[in-house]
Formats: sequence, C-alpha cells, structure tokens
Amino acid sequence: MLCLTTTALLSLAITPTEKPDFTRDIQPLLARHCYGCHGETKRRAGLRLDLRTAALATSTSGTTGVIVAGDADASELILRLRSDDDDERMPKGEDPLSAEEIDLFVRWIDAGALWPQSNAVDERESWRAHWAYSAPRRPAVPEGEGSAIDRFIRARLCEPDLSPSPLADRATLLRRASLDLTGLPPSLSELERFEGDPDPGAWERALERLLDSPHYAEHQARHWMDLARYADSQGYEKDDRRTMWRYRDWVIDAFAEDKPFDTFTIEQLAGDLLPDATLEQQIATGFHRNTMVNREGGADPEEFRVAAVKDRVHTTASTWMGITLECAQCHEHKYDPFSQRDYYSFYAFFNSTDDDGNSDEPTIPAPTPAQLAEANDLKAEKARLEEELSTLSPELEKSLLTWEQAWSASLNAWRTVRPQRVFGETSRLAVLNDDSVLALGEPPDTDTYRVLFRAEAGTWNGLRLEVLCDESLPETGPGRAAHRNFVLNTLALSRGEETIELRSARADFHQPDRPWRPGDTVDGDPLSGWAIAGGEGEAHVLVVELAAPLVSSGTDEFELTLVQSYGGAHLIGRFRIGLLNAGPPDLDPVPPPGLTAMLGRPRNEEENRELHGWYLGRAPELEATRRRLAQVEKELAYPEALVLRELKEPRATHLQARGSFLDLREEVQPTVPLVLPPLHPRAARPDRLDLARWLVDDAHPLTARVFVNRLWERLFGTGLVATSADFGRQGDPPTHPELLDWLALHFKDVDWSVKELHRTILSSHTYRQSARMAPEHSERDPSNRFLSRGPRHRVDAEGVRDIALALSGLLDRSVGGPSVFPPQPQGTWTMTYSGDRWETATGRDRWRRGLYTFWRRTAPYPTFLIFDATSRELSCTRRARSNTPLQALALLNDPCFVECAVALARRLVREGGTSVEERIDFGFRTCTSRRPTDPERRVLRELFEAELRAFEMDPVAARKLAVPTSLPLQFGDDDLDPVELAAWTVVANALLNLDETITKG
Amino acid sequence: MSHPRPEHARALTRRALLGSGGLGLGSLALQTLLGDSASAQGTTHTGPHFAPRAKRIIYLHMAGSPSQLDLFDPKPALAAHDREPVPEDLIQGERFAFIKGVPKLLASPYGFAKHGESGQELSELLPHLAGVADDIAIVRSMHTTQFNHAPGQLFLNTGFERVGRPSMGSWLSYGLGSENQDLPAFVVMLSGAYGPSGGHSLWNSGFLPTVHQGVRFQSQGDPVLFLSNPEGMQPGSRRRVLDALRSLNEARLLELGDPEIQTRIAQYELAYRMQTSVPELVEIEKEPQEVRELYGAQAGSASFANNCLLARRLVERGVRFVQLYHWGWDSHGTSPSDDIVTSLPQRCEETDRACAALLKDLKRLGLLEDTLVVWGGEFGRTPMNEERNGSTYLGRDHHPHAFTMWLAGGGVRPGITLGATDELGYSVTEDPVSVHDLHATLLHLLGLDHERLTYRSQGRDFRLTDVYGKVAQKLLA
Repeated sequence: MLCLTTTALLSLAITPTEKPDFTRDIQPLLARHCYGCHGETKRRAGLRLDLRTAALATSTSGTTGVIVAGDADASELILRLRSDDDDERMPKGEDPLSAEEIDLFVRWIDAGALWPQSNAVDERESWRAHWAYSAPRRPAVPEGEGSAIDRFIRARLCEPDLSPSPLADRATLLRRASLDLTGLPPSLSELERFEGDPDPGAWERALERLLDSPHYAEHQARHWMDLARYADSQGYEKDDRRTMWRYRDWVIDAFAEDKPFDTFTIEQLAGDLLPDATLEQQIATGFHRNTMVNREGGADPEEFRVAAVKDRVHTTASTWMGITLECAQCHEHKYDPFSQRDYYSFYAFFNSTDDDGNSDEPTIPAPTPAQLAEANDLKAEKARLEEELSTLSPELEKSLLTWEQAWSASLNAWRTVRPQRVFGETSRLAVLNDDSVLALGEPPDTDTYRVLFRAEAGTWNGLRLEVLCDESLPETGPGRAAHRNFVLNTLALSRGEETIELRSARADFHQPDRPWRPGDTVDGDPLSGWAIAGGEGEAHVLVVELAAPLVSSGTDEFELTLVQSYGGAHLIGRFRIGLLNAGPPDLDPVPPPGLTAMLGRPRNEEENRELHGWYLGRAPELEATRRRLAQVEKELAYPEALVLRELKEPRATHLQARGSFLDLREEVQPTVPLVLPPLHPRAARPDRLDLARWLVDDAHPLTARVFVNRLWERLFGTGLVATSADFGRQGDPPTHPELLDWLALHFKDVDWSVKELHRTILSSHTYRQSARMAPEHSERDPSNRFLSRGPRHRVDAEGVRDIALALSGLLDRSVGGPSVFPPQPQGTWTMTYSGDRWETATGRDRWRRGLYTFWRRTAPYPTFLIFDATSRELSCTRRARSNTPLQALALLNDPCFVECAVALARRLVREGGTSVEERIDFGFRTCTSRRPTDPERRVLRELFEAELRAFEMDPVAARKLAVPTSLPLQFGDDDLDPVELAAWTVVANALLNLDETITKG
Repeated sequence: MSHPRPEHARALTRRALLGSGGLGLGSLALQTLLGDSASAQGTTHTGPHFAPRAKRIIYLHMAGSPSQLDLFDPKPALAAHDREPVPEDLIQGERFAFIKGVPKLLASPYGFAKHGESGQELSELLPHLAGVADDIAIVRSMHTTQFNHAPGQLFLNTGFERVGRPSMGSWLSYGLGSENQDLPAFVVMLSGAYGPSGGHSLWNSGFLPTVHQGVRFQSQGDPVLFLSNPEGMQPGSRRRVLDALRSLNEARLLELGDPEIQTRIAQYELAYRMQTSVPELVEIEKEPQEVRELYGAQAGSASFANNCLLARRLVERGVRFVQLYHWGWDSHGTSPSDDIVTSLPQRCEETDRACAALLKDLKRLGLLEDTLVVWGGEFGRTPMNEERNGSTYLGRDHHPHAFTMWLAGGGVRPGITLGATDELGYSVTEDPVSVHDLHATLLHLLGLDHERLTYRSQGRDFRLTDVYGKVAQKLLA
C-alpha cells in the first residue's frame, strides 16, 4: 500500500529507516529537555539550543562542536546525552533520554542536522516555525473514497498497517450520536425508528433530529461551563450565592440557535462594548464574571481584582488559543514566545472593567424573554390582587368579628407565669416585675436559656412565649445583637424527668425570606428555628399547643428550655411565658402583642385601621390571593446578571515584578503577543472588542484549530492534538496536522457553525466505525491515535446521572432557569462557614439534568466530584477520566441512582411486557440500546429469580427497597407486588451499573 | 526526568492489566486508582528519592489559627506592657484583617512552665501535651505570607494562596502511593462546628490526576460516601448484583477488548471489599477501653478525639497522609465564643488530651518512629488585642509574621524548640521557617527531594514548593 508522507508523524511511530524531521521529531525533544537551561532565558554555559545559529555554532570548549552536522559521534550533544557520568550527562539532574530518543538525535545529525532556516531577522520569528503559530493552510485532500476526514485518516492508517474498522451497528451508532450530541441515550422508539428506516438518508435524518433537540444545546453548554468555570457561588470563605444562571441559559440559547462561534466569542468577551448592546449581549459577558471574589474581612479588594483579571487572561488564552500564559506573569515563558511584557500587555485588555475583588457588582436586572412577554399582564394582575388584599369586604368584616370574639375570650384564659429561677448557659438573666425575663450584658455567640416555674393547679392546653422589646436592648431589640433578630431553634418543656410534648407552634410573624417558621421550634431539627428579620423593633408572640392536656397539681416545677444555637448572637433579649387553661390554643391568626390590647373593646378609627390592615394581611380567606400575589411577584422579579462594564477612563496597567500586584513596574499598553498576527484596533487605544474580533480573525492561527480539536477530543476521547490545552512547543504535535487544518478552515467556511461541524464529523466513516478493539489494535494502535476504530469512553459526571434519570423515566426535561437542589449527602454544605443551607428539592427539580445542579465552589455536588468534575474555581479545558471504587459505590448506592433503579423497575413491570424474559429484554435494551445475548439474558434472569426468592423470605426488606418512603412522588403502584418490584429493583440497579450503560461506545 | 504522558500511562496500565492473567485483578487496578507504591502506572513517581525517615504523616490542622502567644511562645514583655499602645513603627504600613487604628498590646492570661527533661515551655492550657513534651519539636519561627483564612489555608496546604494547586497529601500520594490496597492514600477528617474556610480545595489534587485527591471520611452517616447499600438491600443481594455485573461486563470485555472494562470490574470488587473493611476500620469500639479513654474518644460522637484515634487506625493500615481539621481557633475576641478567655480553653480541652494520646499511642505501637505528626494553624495571632468595634472580650487578630507549630516522630529531633521571635512576639528573629520550608522538610522526611518531585502542567514543571523552600536541617534527628 502506498503511504503518503505527512508533515508531522507521530514520533513513536517513526520507522528506524526514516530520516528524522527537525520540526516534528527534534525540536519537541529540545523543547522538553533542553530549553529549560539552554533557552532564551537561561543560557547555561553560554549555550542556546532554541536558535539555529547558536546551536550549530562551533563549541568553544574543544575541537568538537555541540552539533557537528553529519557526524553524530563528534557531536558533544550526543556524548553528553550518552554519558554515564552524572556530572557530564544531559539533561542534568534528570533521567537520561531513552535510547530511541537519543537515536533520533543521532540519525538527525548523521543525516546532516537539517534545521530549517528562519528568514526573519527578529529572533522571535524563529518561533513561527512552530506549527501552531502560523495560520492553517488549506491542505490537499488525499485521493480515495469517503469523506475528506476519512481520507486524511486512512492516509495514515498504513503506518500501523491497519484498515478502518467496519461500521458499527445501527443501535450502537444511534446511542453514540445521541450521547455525543444530546448527552442522553436514545429511547426505544427512537431506536426502532432508526433501525427500521431503510432509506439511505436515515443517518442524516437522525443527526438532524438530534441537532434540533433542546438537549443538544444543553449538552454543548455543559462542556462550555467547564471552560467558563461557571458556578453559582462566589468562591472564597463563606462562598455565598450569586445569580449566574442567566449566563448559563444564554449559552444554552446560543447553541440552540447555532450562533456562529465568532459571534459567540465576541459577545462573551466584549458584548458590553458592541454598539447598542442588547440585554442578551450584556448577559453574555457573564463568561468573565465567573471569576471568584473574596469578601473575607481585611481581604484587599485590589489583590482579588488583580487575581480575577489574571484568571481572565489565562482563561481567554486557554479557551480560545490553547496556550498557557500563567508562567509569563512572573517571568518570560521558558518554552513559548511569550514575554512578561506580552503577558501584561494582554492583561491590559481586561484591566479596565468596573468590578472589584470583593463584590458581585456590577450586575444588571436580566428579565427572561418570557418575563418580558408576560410583564404587562402580570403587573395588571398584581394591581388587582393588591386591591383585593386591601379591601375589607363585608364577609371579611364578619369573619373578623367572629375571630375577635373567640380571641378575646381566649385571652382571658391565658395566665402569665412568674419564673422562679432563670439562667442561661453563658448569659445572665433577670426576672422583671411584669414577670418577663431580661438578658443582661454582652451577648454570647449562642446560648440556651432555662426557665424554672410552677404552674397554678389546673389543666393546661397551650404555652405562650411573648418576645418583648426593652430599652436596654440595641434599638429596643427584641434581639440582643445590633441586627436585633434572633433564632429560637428549639423550645422544650419538661417536668422533672418527664418531657412534655409540644406541637404546632404559631406566631404573629416570622421572617419571610427563609423558612424560619414558628413550627421549626418544635420540629426536632436543631438547625431550623423561628426568626423575625423584617419584624425588628416590635414585640412578637409564639403560641404552642401541648400535645396532651397537662394537669398541674400547683406544686410541680416545670422547666422551659430555649435553645438558640444559630450563632452570631441571634438571641432573644426579653421574653415572658404564659399558659392557657381553657379552649383550644389553635386559633388563627395569632395577633401581635401590640394588637391584643385593642381586642374586645371599643376602638378609635386609627386602631380600627391598624387592626383591619393587620387582619387583611392574615385572614385565612385571603390565603389563596396572597399566595397568588407572591407567585406573581416572584414571576415579576427579574433575576440579576453579573456583567462586564468598561471603566470610562481606562485603568493604567503596569508590569508586575514576579507577578506581585504590590510591586508595579513600567506601564504597558494593551496589545497582543508579537508572535501572533497583528491587532486591528478601531481606535488608538485597543480594547476588549478589538481583542475578541482579533481572536476570530481569519489570520488567527489558533482559535479555530483549538475549537475543532476540542470538539474532536470530546467525540473521540483524545484530540488530534492530544494536549488540547497546550498548542505550544511543550504540547504534542497534531497526529493529523492536515486534517486539523482542513477542519479549522472548514469551520470558518461554514461560518463558524458548530452544528455543521458536528454534522461533518458525525457523517464520516471514521466516527461511525465499530469501537471493537481487536488484538492488532491493542498491539499497533492501543490508544487509538490512528483512529483505526470508533471511540469508546465513559461519559462525564453529569452524563452518568443524566443517563440514569433518562432511563428510569424520572428525568425532568425542562430547559433553563435557576439552579436546583437535588438530594445530596447530608453535611455537604454545613462544612462551609456560612449559614446557607441546601434546601433539597421536593418536586421534579430533583430530576433535572446535572447542568442545572447548584454549583457551590467550596462544596460541589459530591457525586460529580467523584466522577471527575472539578470545583469550577478555575477554567477546566479537559476533565480527567478516572475509574475508581468510589465511582462504583456512588453508582450502586447514591440515593439518586437507587431512586432511578426503583423507578426503572416500575418501567420494566409496566412497559416491559409480561414475561420475565420480555422485561429483561426491555430493561437491557433501554439501558444499552441493544438486545441481550442468550447468556446475558440468563445472567439477569438468574439474578431476578434469586432476588425474588430472597425477598419472598423478607417482604419487609422488599418494601423498604422497592417502596421507599424517601421518594417524594407516589408512583401510583399499589397494584404492584413489592416483592416482585424489589427483585426488579435489584435487576435495575445492576443494569444501571453496567459498564456499557455509562459508556459511549 | 521526562514526564510521563497520560497516553503512555494508560498504555502501561493496560499492559500491566492485560499481562496479569489470573493474578489478582483488584490489586493491579489499584495501582492506578489508589496510587500503589512503585507501580508501573506512570502517574506515580518511582517512590522516594532517598531513604525516608518517615513513611506517613498525620497532619493536625487547627483551622482558624491558634494563638501561639497563649500556648507556645511566652512573652514577659507583653505582660510588662499589657494594654499599652503598640510601638507605632512596628505596625507602620501593616495591613490587618480587622484591627483599626493603633492597637494595644495584650498579655497572655495564662501561665507557662517548663516540662520534661528537655524543659519545653508550654502554656497551662496544654497539660497533656506537657506530658509528652520530650517527644515534640516546637517551631516558634514559622511565618507565612497570608493573613486571611482561605488563602492562608490554601497556602499552607498547596504552597499557593489561591486555588488550583495540588495539596501536600496529593503530592505525597503522587510521589509515594499508598501502602494499603483497600484504602485511599490520602484521607481527610473534619471536626468542630464547621469545616475549614478553604473548603474542598484544601485536599484537592489540582492538576495531578484525581486519584490523588483526599478522600473525606465522614463522622456522620457513611464514613465513605455511599458505602452502605440502600435500605432493604441485603449483603447477599449486593454480592449477586456484583456477580451479575462481573459476568455481563466480562462478556463485553471479550466482545470489545477495551481494558477499561477490566478496570471497572476490578473497581466494583474493591468497592465491595471497602464495604466491609471501612466500617471495620471506623469501629472505634473495637479499641480497648483504656485506649479510648486515653484519647477521650467516644463511639458515636463526632469529635477530634475520635478522629485522632481513627487517624492512628488509618496509618496502621498504611494510609500515607491523614489530615485532621479542627475548627474554631479564630480567637478575635468579639464574644466569649471566639475569645482567648472562654473559647481558646475550650478548643484546648477538645484537642489537648487527644493530641498527647496520639503520640503516646503511636509510640506504644512502635509507629512513632516512622510516622510524622504535625500540628498547627494557617498563621499566627497578633500580640495586640483586637478590640473590634470596642469589644471588651480579649482576642487577637490574624498575624502572618510569626506563629508556632510542633512536629513529632518520623525523623524529627524530639525535645527541641526551634527558632525565636522578638520580645513582643511580632516577628521571627532566629531560624525562620517559611511555609515552603515546612513543605520541603516534610517531603525530605518522607524521602522526597522537593526540587525533584515535579509534575508538568500548563507547560512547566510544578513543585509543591514552587521555586522556594529549604529543608529545616535543625529539625532533623
């Protein structure tokens, strides 16, 4: 077979007879092993190996030269590489080069040490010799059959002496494409439609369907989130929440409408600078607002602003250009042509935005298109509802009267209790003349108050806690700290050893923003509690029902405990206790202490207005209206978006010595690295918009290559450039440089259409090959760098979960919106020093795609971390793909995956036919897209039968597994036998754990 | 040395796996996944560079940063000038986290005494540590560059003040691997009301392969996430599921030849073994009563004492790096819950006995010889009273210029005090030890040259010590 020579062969694959090529074989070795000491920066022994003239000059140390063209044995380079003497041998202090590597040098020198001469005077020009820094050239497509991609691939397959693998079967193909394009497996009906479609255009049609799916956009956005280091929190210390999801949804929309990648780039990097920037273009700039801020006391905002700007520099460089600029912030880049000046000149583009290091500003209100469309209707409805809520109708007047009578009657039945002894764990408490208890002195962080009292003889139904204001408290309290709020976590009543059960606590008020409800004082949860932010400066009352009437002899001593463990001195300043001796304590609503005085007696007009106003706010009859109003207000509340905003006057940028923001040196102007094409600024001083346009300029050698390579990497597991984050001299050269250039130019030819790029690659035979690894593959192309077979690898963290949700039928397919809180292991969030709590979703938000899971940087969703997601503190260009026992445990036992097994079991029973075989086939095909072989079916049937036998012996266990109480939604399956369901649940658990289920193959 | 590329690494692993024949599949896979010693995985270095003095580390991080001036570094001058304004030239140009204006010096309310044959000086708040004073080396001359918690903790754990670098435990896992086939090389445990401010990044593997990240053992619920089978699923069912999975995955392996499937099979078997070995490991009631009492450990509670005892059980089983975080040392003095009069003694009470017990217990078992124990916070505290918003509680602000740590065991010279600070305890005057120096020293004791333990990322070789760090020779036995 005729083998076409390509410009850059894999050095590993080179045959011993071939002549080594400098750019392809020698320069990477020099860069990796030698430039560190013999490069532009360090020139040990006066020797540079990065410049042709310097390296080929005769050595001064003797009669030999460092490199004597045509005579390896006379070349000191070779002597030094081969030396046994540690002091002599190069590279110094490191392991010797391999025999193969040394042999490459020998053969290269013997063949004449051909080193392409740079025609430029400027030393930097020599860098242009590096393939990635010159623009892609349109390559000739090799002759032959198939698509251009296939011909480029086939041209190299002769090297390992392999042929392309045959097409994979249709089920495998559809599954592969579905997972690659949408991140979700195909449904059975989609499989059947595709398998049964005899038309030659079936594959193209299937691709179109997938490309049109909203899940395509979600899946592509998911990958972009890693580059954008998207998170829903600020990053440092308390790691508070921030509202970023409008940016995330912007990315989804962009992929859905196939926004050309050049526009996609410009809007994210500089949408705010576009003429008449639209709301959406401003939201797009959230890309670079995903940097972290530090609000910790004493943190220097400038330090963290500078860190954020540097992060923007690194992220822009790695995301669009596949180059690493990090090291150039402290010193000249050792391996690539980026000086410290280049770094800070690039930095200058990002250094003039109006954000600092310790807040989320600037933000803008960012209504969604749906909100804007409905805004007028909603505003009208809001006015109507508010009107209704402020009108005391005759019916309401009547109900007020009834309530007032009942309440005044019950008021007489309350007895204030005089405490006998009071003490706090830390605080000093005093009993005042009106029987109330006042806390004295500086408040501690937390405390528990205890009140010992005797109740009159009688039967008691209720307990009342009045929280009172006092002149001695900050602005009269009722809390003890400057914020005046308190959190009463737990209220407990006992008589000696006997605990008196409390239930259904009510209050006149609780703070609205969080569930700090009165009932939380008696719910047994030590973290929840009653709080009153928004009601500071007023007295409040909590009324608690006793679970059973309490008979007191008159001499019994009771103890009331008020646990206040929230911290930050959220403590009650003054309170009074009362007991109810008649009537039910469950009258609703509870009036605030200030109002009770005016009940059951004539009132003046002002008092009436106050009472009516209050009653309108609490009347049970208006509850539905109030709820609707809250809903309308919620729908009208515009989310915010963090945006880039340019300062009116640009901020001066200085070189930072050793990268320290405190050690500023000479000023630099915004410009791009010299080795890259020139910038075409619109005005004298270039800005971010110029930079963004430069990145997508036709002359730019990197942007398109880097993007197509990353897309290739996601589809095939490894990029044509394996080091997808490093296109520099330290990176690997492309295995198929011409294909890479062809794809990059094709991408621009189709106006940067990502969908078209997907179409092109997925239509190739290369993509559609079987992934089967035959012995010749393991031997000659073990890591598939020659693309001798189709791709096969585990899907990403979010994908693992999305697949299980989709297969089980639980997946909620709604797109976009605020991030959600599916169940996660307890304690994941309490780790962070902050009161913020993960409020687990109870509805369908449990089952949204992983893309929507709330991402808190200091404590990300644990299962995603287990499957190699990062914490999104920094941009991630490529996730690791590990295979660990912790992953096995998560897939087997994470309640989310167990929930999926429980739901999948029901699908097997309800949709999978009637016989055991049918159900197994249904489940197997659902999970893997193919039908099981006979042995596979037998394994699963034996598992089912063994489980059935086991659960017949233990129906209690069966119920626990198959009908868990933790599930929020009823499956409506009272007709199903729990024992059988449990056995199927175990089978489903096995199916969801198959390597094949979580692997794209 | 040439850095192994991921592709080569994978190829090597595959070769190892495929060549394993009928030999223990699990152990081979573990070489990749838990970082086994000297394996052919490529993601691991070839073990120590020279003979190690210690094989493992127990690192006790006191999150929030304890006051060295009330525990380890007595200052008579502070007592003499209590509540006098600090000399202004001392704080010229200084940035503090909370202190404003010219603060006043603050004497320690605690007495110090000499202990043991070595005569180590310790505060009365640490009576138990006093009992093992001859076993520890006190370093009074630690200094850092950071004065806020998250950056300070990141710096101390990763050698860099912002996120993204691998933590020391990850470096050790990468450099040395684990000695146990059934447990991770790097385990983290937390106690106290909160976790450390730096969060998950403190035990992250940064750019190192994720297999080197710290695995958090939890005191609530499953000790390792998702270790327990779902309710209603009996161990028999789990075994049958794994048997079925193995048959089905093996069939697929035969069909497709992808060695990743073989690794997956091995991982499921290991997971199953962990379901037994880990619960057994965390059952501290298995320890004799006198041992539990020595630590003050109580089964079922979530305490520093329990974690110390668990740490011993972990290193006994070959875990390379066990890191404990205990929260609550941030003694600003804004209320009794963070002052040096009420809160600091509480923290000492929670930790002192267990720290001493850990040393005694390791010694008793002969483990102290090659187990290095390290104790300390992320920075120090000011010689001045903070008085935030005029608070009347006594407390000290964050202080990067001088703080104290102690080390014991594995190659550390016992019974010495290294370094000194000026008469107010403001700056280091003798034998300064930077955070990078500490890292270099820890690696040295583990047989690793901090300049040679490198990993190539973003186009350059990274080290735990960046371009700094020198071994604190005087600390070595």
